[in-house]
Amino acid sequence: MIQYIMQILPALLAGTKMTLSIFFWTLICSIPLGAILALGLVSNFKPLVWVLNVYDWLMRGTPLLLQLIFVFYGLPVIGIIFQRYDAAMVAFILNYTAYFAEIFRGGFQSVPRGQFESARVLRLTYGQTIRKIVIPQVFKIVLPSIGNEVINLVKDSSLVYVIGLGDLLRAGNVATARDVSLVPLVLVGIIYLALTAVCTIVLKMIEKRSNVWR
Amino acid sequence: MLEIKGLTKKFGSKTVINDFSMTVADNEIMAIVGPSGAGKTTLLRCITGLERVNAGAFYWNGKQFDPVNPDKNDTIIGVVFQDYQLFPNLTVMGNITLAPTLVKKLGADEVEKTATALLERLGLGGKENLYPYQLSGGQKQRVAIVRALAMNPKILCYDEPTSALDPALRDEVAQIILDLKKQKMTQIVVTHDMDFAKNVADEIQQVEQIQ
Repeated sequence: MIQYIMQILPALLAGTKMTLSIFFWTLICSIPLGAILALGLVSNFKPLVWVLNVYDWLMRGTPLLLQLIFVFYGLPVIGIIFQRYDAAMVAFILNYTAYFAEIFRGGFQSVPRGQFESARVLRLTYGQTIRKIVIPQVFKIVLPSIGNEVINLVKDSSLVYVIGLGDLLRAGNVATARDVSLVPLVLVGIIYLALTAVCTIVLKMIEKRSNVWR
Repeated sequence: MLEIKGLTKKFGSKTVINDFSMTVADNEIMAIVGPSGAGKTTLLRCITGLERVNAGAFYWNGKQFDPVNPDKNDTIIGVVFQDYQLFPNLTVMGNITLAPTLVKKLGADEVEKTATALLERLGLGGKENLYPYQLSGGQKQRVAIVRALAMNPKILCYDEPTSALDPALRDEVAQIILDLKKQKMTQIVVTHDMDFAKNVADEIQQVEQIQ
C-alpha cells in the first residue's frame, strides 16, 4: 500500500504543481483587475458601467466549464489559438475577475459617502482618497467574500481537466483508470483538503490582522 | 473676514437658499440657526465646497475664492462634521497627519509635533495610537477638531456639534469653541440648538425655510 502510494505520488504532486500554478496566477491577476473593474462599476460614466455589467453577466451567467471549452476548442475556429495552459489562464482570469469585481463593487459602495466628503474637505485628491482611505476599508469589508472565492478557485481549477491539462484531478483519474484502485482518488481528495485548509488558515490570519481597527 | 454675497442654491427646481449674504468678522463666532430643513447644512456644504452654488460669490479678506476648487497651498475652510467622519482605518495620529503630509507636503516630524501639541491642548494626550472605535463620542469630535486644525484653516466650521452629545459634553464643546476663539480662530457653527448658539456665538444668523 505505502509502496503503491509512493509510486503514484510523484505524478499526483506534478498535478498539484499545475493546480497551484493556475490558482496563484488567477489570483494574482484577477484580484487587482477585479478591483479596477469595480472602480468602473461605481463610476458615473454610464456606457462604461453598461459594458462592465454585460461582461459581468456573461462571465457569471455561463458555466466556467463552457468558457474553458469556448476559449480552447471554440476560438481556434475563428483563428484565435491558445496553448492549453494559456487558454486555461485566459478563461480563469476573465471569469474570476468578474466575480471579484462584483465583490469589490459591493465593498466600494459600503464605504459611507461621508468618508469621501471628509477626505475632500481635507483636500485629498481622488487617488489619495482611494489609496489611503477607501481601499483599506474595502479590503476589510470584502475579505470574507474573497476568502470564499479563493477556496472555490482551488476546486474550480480541476475544470482544466477538460482541455487536457495535467492537473491534480487528472493525475488521480489516470492512475485510478490504469490501476483500478480507489487509492489515487482518495489521495487527490486529501491533497485538495490540505490545500483548502492552508487557504483557510492563511485567510483567518489575514482577517485577524485586519481586526486591529473596526 | 469672510464675505458671502448673493448665494443661491437650488436642488432641481427647488430653491433651498435664495440670495443669501453674510459677513463673518475675524476672530468671531457666527452661529447659523434655524428650523430643520431650512437649509443650514446646505449653506455649510456650500461654504465648505461640498455643494456647487447656483449663484453667489465668496470672499476672504476681499479676495474672491472658490470653495469647490480651493487653492492647494492655502486652506481657508476647515470642517467638523456632525458625525465626525474620522477614518476608521487610521489611528488618531494617522487621521490628523494624513492631509498635512499628503496635501501640504509637510515633513512627518513637523506635522507630528504640531499634532501632538494640538492633541495635548484638547485633552487627548496619550490617545495618539488609538483607533477611532476606541474613543468616546466626545473624544472623536475633538479628534475631528484637531484634524481640521492641523490643516491650519482660517475658518473652522461645525455642523450640529451638539447633536450627538449629552448635556455635559455640550458644555465641553462650547468651552473648546470659546478657547479656540481666544486663539484667534474664526468659527461658524451650524446648530438647531438656540441655547448653545446663545452661549457661544458673537453673532447669530437666522435662516428661514423658503416657502
